[in-house]
Amino acid sequence: MFILEPDGFEKILDSLREKGYRITGPKLRDGAIVLDTIDSAASLPRGVRDHQGPGRYRLEETGDDSWFSYTLGSDSWKKLFFHPIKPLFKTTRDGGLLQIEPEPPREGLKALIGVRPCELQALAIQDKVLAEGEFVDRHYVASRKGTFIVAVNCTVPGGTCFCVSMGTGPVADRGYDISLTELGSNGATRFVARAGSPHGEELLAAASSGKAGESDLQLEAELLEAAAGNMGRSLDVEGLAAALAESGDHPRWEEVAERCQACTNCTMACPTCYCHTVEDSTDLTGSVADRTRVWDSCFTADHSYLHGGSVRETRGARYRQWLTHKLSSWHDQFGGSGCTGCGRCITWCPVGIDITEEAQAVRGTARG
Amino acid sequence: MGDTLETLKSDLFAAPFCEGLEDTHLEVLLACAHEERMPKGRFLFHEGAAADYFYIIVSGRVGLELNCPNRGGLSIQTCDAGDVVGSSWLIPPCIWRFDARVLEECRLVSMDAAVLREHCKADPTFGYAMVERIAQVKAERLDAARLQLLDLYGNPEEGRHVARTRID
Amino acid sequence: MSPEPGSINLTDRIRGGVDPMVPRIYNVERIRRNNHDTFTMELNPADGGNPEPFSAGQFNMLYIFGVGEIPVSISGDPVQDGPLMHTIREVGTVTRAMARLKPGDSIGVRGPFGSHWPVELAVGTDVVIVAGGIGLAPLRPVIYQVTGNRSRYGRMVLLYGARAPKEILYQRQLKAWGGSFDMDVHVTVDRGERGWNGEIGVVTGLIRRAPLDRSGAIALICGPEIMMRFSAQELLRRGMDKDRIYVSMERNMKCGVGLCGHCQYGAKIICKDGPVYRYDDIESLLGRREV
Repeated sequence: MFILEPDGFEKILDSLREKGYRITGPKLRDGAIVLDTIDSAASLPRGVRDHQGPGRYRLEETGDDSWFSYTLGSDSWKKLFFHPIKPLFKTTRDGGLLQIEPEPPREGLKALIGVRPCELQALAIQDKVLAEGEFVDRHYVASRKGTFIVAVNCTVPGGTCFCVSMGTGPVADRGYDISLTELGSNGATRFVARAGSPHGEELLAAASSGKAGESDLQLEAELLEAAAGNMGRSLDVEGLAAALAESGDHPRWEEVAERCQACTNCTMACPTCYCHTVEDSTDLTGSVADRTRVWDSCFTADHSYLHGGSVRETRGARYRQWLTHKLSSWHDQFGGSGCTGCGRCITWCPVGIDITEEAQAVRGTARG
Repeated sequence: MGDTLETLKSDLFAAPFCEGLEDTHLEVLLACAHEERMPKGRFLFHEGAAADYFYIIVSGRVGLELNCPNRGGLSIQTCDAGDVVGSSWLIPPCIWRFDARVLEECRLVSMDAAVLREHCKADPTFGYAMVERIAQVKAERLDAARLQLLDLYGNPEEGRHVARTRID
Repeated sequence: MSPEPGSINLTDRIRGGVDPMVPRIYNVERIRRNNHDTFTMELNPADGGNPEPFSAGQFNMLYIFGVGEIPVSISGDPVQDGPLMHTIREVGTVTRAMARLKPGDSIGVRGPFGSHWPVELAVGTDVVIVAGGIGLAPLRPVIYQVTGNRSRYGRMVLLYGARAPKEILYQRQLKAWGGSFDMDVHVTVDRGERGWNGEIGVVTGLIRRAPLDRSGAIALICGPEIMMRFSAQELLRRGMDKDRIYVSMERNMKCGVGLCGHCQYGAKIICKDGPVYRYDDIESLLGRREV
């Protein structure tokens, strides 16, 4: 365990940049936290915290210079690896004959700064789906390779957070190169830092101001324990997957459908949702066609389209598909939950539908 | 003569219609049964006539048809070995609703339904057994008719029969 | 110093060096009309190589230039060498564009993907095939496989329901199979027409009368979902075991390799662990609304 001071933090960024990493981290833009390219630690938001609730997101100043008092914005790291729009191949036609030119997968060193523990789990879940099965998404694999991750443990959970219930936070236990816990503010910000890889160890050894002391670790433990007790939401996952698997005819699905706009916000904001479709477009000469992979959502009518109509025509059925996939069938398909407890789907739902509330309601009176 | 009776008995008792019937009931049926052969093209009965008999097919094929001027006999369903042809005999007003035409030469067991109806009235246990069997025939035909009505193999893009709630 | 981070360890595991998302180009050899809206396409790889080997029941993703891509079961012989065959019904934009292809035109093919009919389980036992409409196409490879090595299997029964006499697929082959003395072929239609002396009624009616060895026989069903449900129930009523009945499911597919999320059916991912399922594996989902 190391102690990292602000200038050490900057040193790590410098060293990553020197090695050719493109650095992405949180930024303040249009009144929200977004993920974007950052030049230096100075680009990071300071002294802000968020107020999140169902259908609500607001930033306010903390009055101090704390580095990581906010939690998550609407976009997640998945956009860096599972690109929202990805060309797959180009087809040219000469007479009736076709020629296909695949889009080469692009590798590139990426450093992610300020990845929350729930987000580490989200990346692990997408790795499992897109990169660890019998078939893999080559573009995902290529862009995910060579990723350096600086995780930040959460000391100030948000109003829609429930990572403790999902077992994904507030402390990162794997999947990072360096993890940080912010200690103190008011001009005295410093971090307890841990290495999760040899590369992380190397950078920390060069940038830290020494080993963390007993009192630092004591303070860190207290902060993290307090954070764990301060979740905005909770979800009882004991037996939940099995109960939801039997919930097909529950009237709650129709009730939630009365509010759900099928707007797809939850699926776009969700860091694990991986549904995608392909689009084919032809140029004006009719001789070149592009196949593009784009994010899709199970809330659209087209998602389940079978010649003649959609399988899931009602919003209730689509919401059920989404929620039961996240919390139930994901276990069967990928050996774990598809939910990280990040709370984005609650915050960014325009009508404030709360996954923890819906799951609980369906489970509370589950019928076969 | 004995041979013919034995054949009739085994043909009748082997039919699914007789499965599970008590011996006394089987005897009643046997007493009303006759062996018949019908060449291709012959009608077993016509729509509107009194349904005083019905058939169990031993071999061959019978088509149930509705006659339509200018379109001829429209075949609704075919019946094959083991099938019952005719159920109107038990359902008032006991009038045939279809034409039944032999499509492939048939060996049939014909049943005297007028007599069977009297037995049904006199012996409700026997009557119930008959109703149960005819209900079974009706239920299978209704299931089949519903599936045919859905036009399952039709192009789903054309004529969607089922009311749907469309959103988006 | 290696920039490789310790936190992830991903490898680009691509089967046979081929990206499953990129089609291989095939040329149309021949297009044969099966009926007014169905045709069978014969394809060979444009690179002069052999078509990909496949198992009965698997499907390919077929891509028409600039129009789109759809999953279609393979309808040819899985054992004999020959062109890749797909029997296709014109029901949408892509299939209508396919119907306009001419010999020499090329299309993209990805696959074969998915699970297959358990033909190996049928060795030494009876095989009952129940097909409805275009559902005969994904089962034809089974018939090829069984008839190609007839003595390995027991009795073979094909029960086929079509909409109308003129819509019956593979008519010449059905007659040949039916006349071969070692295969029972029964065909029924929903609607008769003048000149049709065959059966009229639904395929479940054929099951009721089919000669079945209830113990050991396997049943393979393919057709519209309702037809498969009713057929499976009829087979169960006739004493067949749930674990000897197989069905082929259909849902929207975009990738064909389990990545895109579209073909989920409860916890099933049809392109990956289907389309062929043992009945008891999906029984609890069948008939459920909007799953």
